[in-house]
Amino acid sequence: MKTSLLTRDTHTRKRNAAEARFKAYGLTAIVVAMLALLVLLSSVLSNGMSAFQQTFITLPVELVAERVDKKGNRDPAEMAKTTTIGYAPLLRAAIAAEVARQGLTTELADKALGELISKEAAATVRNRVLANPDLVGETVTFTLLASGRIDGFFKGRVTLETAALDGNTSPEALMIAQALADAGVIETRFNWKFFTAPDASVQRPEAAGLGVAILGSLYMMLVVLFLALPIGVASSIYLEEFAPQNRITDVIEVNISNLAAVPSIVYGILGLAIFINFMEFNQSSPLVGGLVLTLMTLPTIIISTRAALKSVPPSIRDAALGVGASKMQSVFHHVLPLAAPGILTGTIIGLAQALGETAPLLLIGMVAFVREYPAAYTPEAGLFGEASTALPVQVFNWTQRSDPAFVERASGAIITLLVFLLIMNAVAIYLRRRFERRW
Amino acid sequence: MEDMTHVDRAMSTQLDVKISAKGVQVHYGDTQALKDVNVEIDDKTVTAFIGPSGCGKSTFLRCINRMNDTIDIARVTGDIRIDGEDIYDPKVDPVQLRAKVGMVFQKPNPFPKSIYDNVAYGPKIHGMARNKADLDEIVEKSLRKAALWGEAKDRLNAPGTSLSGGQQQRLCIARAIATAPEVLLMDEPCSALDPIATAQVEELIDELRQSFSVVIVTHSMQQAARVSQKTAFFHLGNLVEYDDTDKIFTNPQDPRTESYISGRIG
Repeated sequence: MKTSLLTRDTHTRKRNAAEARFKAYGLTAIVVAMLALLVLLSSVLSNGMSAFQQTFITLPVELVAERVDKKGNRDPAEMAKTTTIGYAPLLRAAIAAEVARQGLTTELADKALGELISKEAAATVRNRVLANPDLVGETVTFTLLASGRIDGFFKGRVTLETAALDGNTSPEALMIAQALADAGVIETRFNWKFFTAPDASVQRPEAAGLGVAILGSLYMMLVVLFLALPIGVASSIYLEEFAPQNRITDVIEVNISNLAAVPSIVYGILGLAIFINFMEFNQSSPLVGGLVLTLMTLPTIIISTRAALKSVPPSIRDAALGVGASKMQSVFHHVLPLAAPGILTGTIIGLAQALGETAPLLLIGMVAFVREYPAAYTPEAGLFGEASTALPVQVFNWTQRSDPAFVERASGAIITLLVFLLIMNAVAIYLRRRFERRW
Repeated sequence: MEDMTHVDRAMSTQLDVKISAKGVQVHYGDTQALKDVNVEIDDKTVTAFIGPSGCGKSTFLRCINRMNDTIDIARVTGDIRIDGEDIYDPKVDPVQLRAKVGMVFQKPNPFPKSIYDNVAYGPKIHGMARNKADLDEIVEKSLRKAALWGEAKDRLNAPGTSLSGGQQQRLCIARAIATAPEVLLMDEPCSALDPIATAQVEELIDELRQSFSVVIVTHSMQQAARVSQKTAFFHLGNLVEYDDTDKIFTNPQDPRTESYISGRIG
């Protein structure tokens, strides 16, 4: 009895059904993953996009000479004795004058009007005056940060209802702010200072920025690049090309693979014990952070370098040896250039991982509140020795603060971090495509 | 063998022994690949190694330039001398040896660099050229000798891998002879090539024998008969018979040689 090819037998049908089910599982898994990613991204973006906008007040401020330059000699050293408290009345007068000029009426006292402006603004004005003493007595137009609550009002965080219960603002303040915005005095626009300003105190979320964190992360990445790459590649070359095949080499290789799986916080403890306690480097410095991250990234680089070296066909090595090159020459002149794309990709991925690590940095003390930009080199602190913070640590810090404005800023920092990571991975992919195998 | 074209490759009579091997044994781990090989290879001659797969001919070839050193489990015992000097003497640097004994592999393996750099690499690392002009001259001479100059002279900067299979193999030959070796080892150099490219390479080998001693491992008996003056027949790790090519193919002494040549074994 012959079976026709045009009808499928049970065996085939069952197998096809099983494979179709398996495909369906795979597709479902991908859909679930995509959905999760979508939820994550939309939550982060919805919270964080507003961090890149900031509310500013543009005001002409009369720099009354008697207040600003008490001695009358335009000497910055003397004028520095007037603190920001001395400038606050100038700002209050300025905003009261502006309200009047716009023809608006309000029950708010000058003091309450002054609270529309961020406390940071006094410092801005003072710095400008100390830098340009010839401005004393003039009326200069400044673009100043609005206070946190006003900023929150324009971003929807603060409403008239919540303002009624809030100790730091009032519904009248919000209404006058709205009027000023309609008049063009207050506007919400893109805020570059989010990336460049240093961190600010808990009461001034409007002034907080990522400047120090970005710089600290950059220094650490430089340390990791210049230490982990040469050491990792050299160890890998040694293990792959020159090490004898014996027990010791096997033990080393197994341990390196294991190190890649060690939780990063353990590296933090290691860094604390060795770099800070024993070698007495500065706590919270990018140098120590970079060293700890180097230890963490080394296994990744070693493993990816070995894979890249292994992928170079032995015929190239044989050809080099056949022409009379030594092992070293064949490795450096032939194998390494061909393995370079793989090594590069592994390095960038390792760096991207290191950029986002928080736990080890917390343990070595990078949680500090740092206001000054760390210099790359100072004679006292050494290379990358000044205290700093890092991007992921900054996120951690901001999420600890009570003001809801910091939620927005933490999300903004997360978006920044994600963008950096995306860029690094894109560079890795581009480089890999560009240097694809050419043999 | 009537169907084999018998090309007259005349041999000059006064020839020195270039490579002499006595009692050579090679073990890969526990298996013995070569058993007690004794042979003397003449200078300015093409010597062919023939035999069935796995008989040890490539292994023996690789002993001559110590490429077996790169294989961890390989152990070579016995005496191999080039120009009377023991090449396994501890004083000998294998790297220096390999400049003197060039090798061409079965599958063409040009470096992924330009044609010029492929040929120039050997002379550069051995310090054979004092300046660019010298290097240019060496590259041109080698490419001419390898019959590739005409096709390559306008594209010296093109990557070596952009050439056709036959051209790549000729490039590998040019690369091997650029270091002015005295012996040229060729491990089945034509097995990856089409018949026309094969004929070109065989022409080349005949010209090369005027300057070097050439040892060629080949699977094709016809090729051995066309190209070589002396032939060695290997079987299961033993060197069974070594004699003038004519005699091996028309009047072999050992019954195993006879069986192989007539196609009964291998």
